Amino acid sequence: MSNHLLFDFVVNKEEKTIHIKREFNANLELVWQAWTTAELLDQWWGPKPWKAQTKTMDFREGGFWLYAMVGPQGEKHWSRSDYISIEHGKSITHKDSFCDENGTSSPSAPQNVWRNDFSEKENKVHVDILLSFDALSDLETLISMGFKEGMTTDFNQLDALLLTMNK
Amino acid sequence: MRRDIFQAIADPTRRAIIALIALQAMTPNAIAENFNSTRQAVSKHLRILTECELVKQQHQGREIFYSLEIEKMKEIDKWLEQFREIWETRFNQLDDLLTTIKNKKNE
Repeated sequence: MSNHLLFDFVVNKEEKTIHIKREFNANLELVWQAWTTAELLDQWWGPKPWKAQTKTMDFREGGFWLYAMVGPQGEKHWSRSDYISIEHGKSITHKDSFCDENGTSSPSAPQNVWRNDFSEKENKVHVDILLSFDALSDLETLISMGFKEGMTTDFNQLDALLLTMNK
Repeated sequence: MRRDIFQAIADPTRRAIIALIALQAMTPNAIAENFNSTRQAVSKHLRILTECELVKQQHQGREIFYSLEIEKMKEIDKWLEQFREIWETRFNQLDDLLTTIKNKKNE
């Protein structure tokens, strides 16, 4: 069903960002709801086999969303998103960090800032997500999944190379 | 010394070497000509690349030619793919959810 919907995923090492773009076949009101309502977020934010489980959510500037990513064995990883700015129907900026079940962030845990921009065109909603990291190592920690730090590759260059290789 | 592909590409000089020999097999001297660093420094990078099994050596007479193990590069693509997949799954779930809510509203 997601066929033919734009999906763009670019890691930029120099800028310390991940830039994701995606289109959704729904109106802005629905997409905005899905993005800002705990009951709905719980149904899609956790990528299978993970499930997102909201503990508390206070969707306003200065508020935060406290949730756990629940794994297949019931293991929980707690995260919080602190809302920095909200422009209804337009954009949400939040700072994400790992924390404990009470929402207390550990100072050493990596943090990143998300800017999500929403726009509607031709009955589709375009969401533009820019994840910025303070430190490259934070980006690496987030995406490394078992690979260690020191992974410093120019993904853009590589993407192009890999494209030619896959042919 | 066991290293992985990500250590191979962690250094800009090594990435430049990879780009060079991706086109054709080259001798260490020919590779070194492309860099300002010493021949020894280039050799060291080539050794790391060899240990990461990203390059292979072929002997032709007295010369050693370095070329790329292109299959090995695909590990990077695989690694990127899993992260891309996370987002794909997440977004597909959102697609389904949006359809469900839409249909409910239309009932």
